[in-house]
Amino acid sequence: MPDTRIDTYPTHEYQGYKLRAGKPQPFGATLVPGGVNFSVFSSHATSCTLVLFEKHAPEPIAEIPFYNEFRIGNVYAMTVFDLPYENIEYGFRFDGPWNPQQGHWFDKTKILMDPYAKVIGGRDVWGQTPDWNNIYHHRARLIVDDYDWENDQPLEIPMEDMVIYEMHVRGFTRQPSSNVHNPGTFNGLREKIPYLKELGINCVELMPIYEFDEFENSRKHPDTGELLLNFWGYSTVGFFAPKAGFAATGKFGMQADELKTLIKELHANGIEVMLDVVFNHTAEGNEHGPYISFRGIDNKVYYILTPEGYYYNFSGTGNTLNCNNPIVRGIVLDCLRYWTAEYHIDGFRFDLASILGRDQNGAPLPNPPLLEQLAFDPILAKVKLIAEAWDAGGLYQVGSFPAYGRWAEWNGRYRDTVRRWLKGDDDLVIELAQRIMGSPDMYAARGPIASINFITCHDGFTLMDLFSYNNKNNWANGENNNDGNSDNDSWNCGWEGESSDPNVNSLRQRQIKNAVALLMVSQGVPMILMGDEAGRTQWGNNNTYCHDNELGWFDWTLVEKNADLVQFFQHIINFRRSHPVLRNRFHLSQRDYVGSGYPDISWHGTEAGQPDWSEAARALAFMLCGKHARGGKVHDDYIYVAMNSYWDALWFHPPQLPSGMKWHIAVNTMMTSGQDIYPVGSEPVLEVQDAIMLGNRSTVILVGR
Amino acid sequence: MAFEATLEIVNQIAKITLTGELDATVAAQFRQKIEEAVAQQAKAIVLMVSGLDYMSSAGLRVLVFAKQKIGRGVDIFIVGAQEQITEPINQTGLQNSLNFLDTYDAAVIEK
Repeated sequence: MPDTRIDTYPTHEYQGYKLRAGKPQPFGATLVPGGVNFSVFSSHATSCTLVLFEKHAPEPIAEIPFYNEFRIGNVYAMTVFDLPYENIEYGFRFDGPWNPQQGHWFDKTKILMDPYAKVIGGRDVWGQTPDWNNIYHHRARLIVDDYDWENDQPLEIPMEDMVIYEMHVRGFTRQPSSNVHNPGTFNGLREKIPYLKELGINCVELMPIYEFDEFENSRKHPDTGELLLNFWGYSTVGFFAPKAGFAATGKFGMQADELKTLIKELHANGIEVMLDVVFNHTAEGNEHGPYISFRGIDNKVYYILTPEGYYYNFSGTGNTLNCNNPIVRGIVLDCLRYWTAEYHIDGFRFDLASILGRDQNGAPLPNPPLLEQLAFDPILAKVKLIAEAWDAGGLYQVGSFPAYGRWAEWNGRYRDTVRRWLKGDDDLVIELAQRIMGSPDMYAARGPIASINFITCHDGFTLMDLFSYNNKNNWANGENNNDGNSDNDSWNCGWEGESSDPNVNSLRQRQIKNAVALLMVSQGVPMILMGDEAGRTQWGNNNTYCHDNELGWFDWTLVEKNADLVQFFQHIINFRRSHPVLRNRFHLSQRDYVGSGYPDISWHGTEAGQPDWSEAARALAFMLCGKHARGGKVHDDYIYVAMNSYWDALWFHPPQLPSGMKWHIAVNTMMTSGQDIYPVGSEPVLEVQDAIMLGNRSTVILVGR
Repeated sequence: MAFEATLEIVNQIAKITLTGELDATVAAQFRQKIEEAVAQQAKAIVLMVSGLDYMSSAGLRVLVFAKQKIGRGVDIFIVGAQEQITEPINQTGLQNSLNFLDTYDAAVIEK
């Protein structure tokens, strides 16, 4: 009988609560036979008290001090017996020095959340105005790890086969036109899995779903009076807990189960789940921010501070987590292991990841221990690790992020090059060729799988807006249009904003198709932004972080209105997934190493074999030899891609195929719907095999078989 | 309304009738009935819930417990559930392992 094990009897009693010295590991609150084990670290505190609440109660039901004999090293550990664990919330009070110049912010009047809290109450329903007099806002709760995963496990899709869809959980289905039962939730997303499957993507990258506070820095727009919330959530309250407000069952405290159910069902449909994780800073802000957790537990350990005790601000949001402090490294590692093991997460995208490579004084490290540790961790061994390889402190490491054979990067240079090419800028063909080949100039040793190729992401214009606005239009953010990037490499196609001119609109549609076609025939890992497939607009707003409204939501009526675009995306994604020659793990060599008579990739201009690498060139074509697919291990069709970013039509002459083979038209973005793209296998034969005219600003893809 | 849970077992069919509001304070009573049914090797567990007005996360947890305790060979039926009961079950993905019936259908349950 486990209940009568002799090592689980209480040794102490405090105000009727039965206690025993706890286990220092694991950190956090853990269900143990007969009770709950609480373990929390602080190196500078002088004492610690456990504070217990009944769920939602304004005042605590108990405050239990950790006896001296309950401390091991710098860890306070205690088991409390007979707790009604489904009905309590807990926090800590820490006593210690208050001396901000030396980095210490202890204040025993504050109740602090456990950094390892697995479920967090307090913002149970999205947007419900909190009681600002609450003495404990973000309340740690206990989790019962009894979810039935059946036979689920992470999918481990090879990196080169991924097609990533970056999305916001709430924004995806919050608009009533989504027609789901629980709009704006994990469940709403679950209901839309058939849509994602039909689109053809095989990975969703979820913008932050760790518990955050949508009311952090909430404010009224100075002109419109509209309430602006933290919609995006790049500001973590709890690293181990899913955002309750994203769950229809948040009001029951069942957000963990709801999220796991979503993940299990995505996996069952062949779709991986990647989390956008924010370890560079927390929601506690700067000197003026609130006490939530770290600040009152061990400020000097958790944050990077100036010699005068102020918060360094490499994140642009007030504070910087001290990621290469060994203690903080531990919590980051524990967090990622937890999500991998308990939530079956397939990969992580690290927001402002360059901060993770700074030392405790903020200087960039040549060999950052945290990045190395994550790369070699046994539990994280198969998950994808993707860095946003820059930070707000000026460190820009795209192409040079410490990779340890594991890390991929958001390739910002891919985005910039393709945008400028599409709008028709000069002097781009040489660089474009590198980007199409998976950026071997940047990732020579790491292969194309180090390059996450994207043209749009949550930061910046949507794809429709990229071709509808020359200038950002962020007035709705209430910051006088000063926020957001002003350098977008965008082009409005002749009219700023929404247009009724059919010529402008058809050019925009064509540019969107050119963009996604180029993305899908590039080596590397493509990522598309939620809604781009349906021509989603943010009306020129390129920084919608504070908009829980039409600016941040997916309008599902667009799926019908722009059905031809959606269909184009479906077909071009399927085209990529059907052709292994587009998805090489290793760099192309530009040589023939299988004896096919053709190099794996060859470059062409309007004339076969005569690429024009001059500054003024706005025509480029390439051919992939199908016999070189996957390093020659697989036979595929030959693929020829011709790109015209010139303002007039041009004749292109594709190379001659081996005898017996013919060119077929897969894509011609100049053509109208129905003839712009053909489903794989039903491409019509090109009538004149050695010539095809490309309309102005258009793309043609031929398959040779 | 006060919570009540009663159990009757006929021909190895365990029928548990739940009424009132099932929350954390009373979930243990429900759990005990499940354990009794399992101890008597019921071949099906039937939860009669038309009189159940509310189920909290603690109640849902008991369903998870029941499912894991009895194994895959035993079916769990939920009979007469109101929307406020089916909704959280659907939202947490438990519906796949439970069988929902509007009324007690002997042909299905006692097959």
